[in-house]
Amino acid sequence: MFYRETGQFKNSYAADQQVFPIRQDRVGIAILLAVAFLVVPLVAGNYWFNAIFIPFLIFALAALGLNILTGYAGQLSLGSAAFMAVGAYAAYNFQVRVEGMPILMSFILGGLTAAGVGILFGLPSLRIKGFYLAVATLAAQFFIVWCLTKFPYLSNNSSSGVISVPGVEMLGFKFDTPQSRYLLVLSIVTSMALLAKNMVRSTTGRSWMAVRDMDVAAEVIGIRLMRTKLLAFAVSSFYCGVAGALYAFCYLGSVEPDGFSLDLSFKILFMIIVGGVGSILGSFLGAAFILLLPIFLDITLPAIAGLLSLPFDSATVSHIQLMVFGALIMFFLIVEPHGLARLWQIGKEKLRLWPFPH
Amino acid sequence: MQFFLEVLIGGLLSGVMYSLVALGFVLIFKASGVFNFAQGAMVYFAALSLVGVMGKGAPLWLAFILAFGIMTILGIATEKFVLRKMVNQAPISLFMATIGLAFFIEGLAPLLWGNDVRALEIGLVDEPIPYLLDSFNIVVSSFDLTAAGLALALVAGLALFFQFTRVGRALRAVADDHQAALSIGIPLQHIWALVWAVAGFVALVAGMLWGSRNGVQFALTFTALKALPVLILGGFTSVPGAIVGGLIIGASEKLAEIYIPPVMQSMFGGNFGGIEGWFPYVMALLFLLVRPEGLFGEKHIDRV
Repeated sequence: MFYRETGQFKNSYAADQQVFPIRQDRVGIAILLAVAFLVVPLVAGNYWFNAIFIPFLIFALAALGLNILTGYAGQLSLGSAAFMAVGAYAAYNFQVRVEGMPILMSFILGGLTAAGVGILFGLPSLRIKGFYLAVATLAAQFFIVWCLTKFPYLSNNSSSGVISVPGVEMLGFKFDTPQSRYLLVLSIVTSMALLAKNMVRSTTGRSWMAVRDMDVAAEVIGIRLMRTKLLAFAVSSFYCGVAGALYAFCYLGSVEPDGFSLDLSFKILFMIIVGGVGSILGSFLGAAFILLLPIFLDITLPAIAGLLSLPFDSATVSHIQLMVFGALIMFFLIVEPHGLARLWQIGKEKLRLWPFPH
Repeated sequence: MQFFLEVLIGGLLSGVMYSLVALGFVLIFKASGVFNFAQGAMVYFAALSLVGVMGKGAPLWLAFILAFGIMTILGIATEKFVLRKMVNQAPISLFMATIGLAFFIEGLAPLLWGNDVRALEIGLVDEPIPYLLDSFNIVVSSFDLTAAGLALALVAGLALFFQFTRVGRALRAVADDHQAALSIGIPLQHIWALVWAVAGFVALVAGMLWGSRNGVQFALTFTALKALPVLILGGFTSVPGAIVGGLIIGASEKLAEIYIPPVMQSMFGGNFGGIEGWFPYVMALLFLLVRPEGLFGEKHIDRV
């Protein structure tokens, strides 16, 4: 009833090709963006910005990057945290070493550096596939983190590679309150998500999907494998790199190489599995889910234990968290391999007919 | 030269230990096409169960049998609740499910047995072998040698088991072609459960040896990360590949750790230790560029 596209006629190609062809979607997105840009900064407190909104947006961006590579181009990567690290450290170096470098330019250059490194580690994907490639991306994960720890130049000669970023400042405006940083991150993430949404429906995106579904067949119909795969690695690493730069500049303020460990890579992988492999919306849903779940468990588990009067400490909570994470991943892969995004889609299908299903 | 030999032998012996973990991967991959990322977590779980049962006062042999029982139950449960429900999904989904399984086991193990570091005493001493020390002046740990011997015996036993028993033949049939094996009446699900149990057994032996060496702790799960380059070097489907790959990785890793950092130090200055973490991966990666299916892997032919 509320979600029915009857009567919405397209009179031009432009109207037919727009990103959100259904009016309800456009209205929904507009409302969502209005809330995110206008209502949230006025209402939410500092805790919400620092602990939930900012990390959520940054992780969503990283998940988006991995989703482009794994979900759309079909190349499984276990090294996304390493590409985030490249982005963070490159942005830091550009910012610190080049006098008067605009902060946005640093982010972009950080992303581009990550893209370059991504292409380098994507080269093996031309020869090897599947599990072999997944293991090969682990090489990137370990090697990059090691490099950042061991080459003092990369962290501006700080001890053990810890970097503390300078404040974020643009055209004389200092982003020193959580609100302002939230708005900065939100603008960057929104524009990059829109870009990704468009990219995956373009020629590039369709050739990614062709390669994902079967690369030999894609090659036979004239898709250039090398270009397509390396482009996927480059774009994905660019997204991860920018996410890493934001992670350092707008979220933590000070990062160390070990912060970008294999665990973070797995976390991002879990986000796209839970959210939906091969879905832009899924990256956001997954990021929200994986970020909120530990907070939820932290609150509820002691309460449940208190009810049952069981002995409980923080170590037990972290063990149960691991188990819940693992079980959820298996659950989603078994029950709903397309993740939360698919559930959302099913919900929309139902809404089209509701309340008169026949 | 002596030092070189010592490092080389030490590397080869630790390589056998890597092979032992890699073997668990190969067994499951051969029989069910599942790349089991949880093997490292299983090593941890097995070692913790062993120590846990021994802590209740059981002697080593009894604890070993009981821990094997626990691993078998874990294997059967995995088959029943995860793999059976994921039949016909893409291999990469199965792989991601085993990452989930790894997290699950890593949470479950300390929940059952406690998460403090425990010593595991299996009656092996870590001393240089007197004969080699006296006549060649080379330090070779008797522990490493015994452990390597045990690992080799296990591999040989498994090879014989695969080659000459009825169950082994069924296993090879399933590995070769699921559907053909089903059609001649081999019970697929029993075979899968069995393979997971055998992988649990391998994990138990690996956990026992690694655990008595370094203490039973969470770091045991990282043995999986050590075994991965061994696997891609040797090929996922080959038992000999796991052994040879392990030896190559073990030896080159230790040699690289000794000889490369000084070179880098003279070039860039600073301290470049700890290359063990990535060196095997980069080596395996470079190797893959030349031979994408690994040393002994089956050549993959793409069809549209």
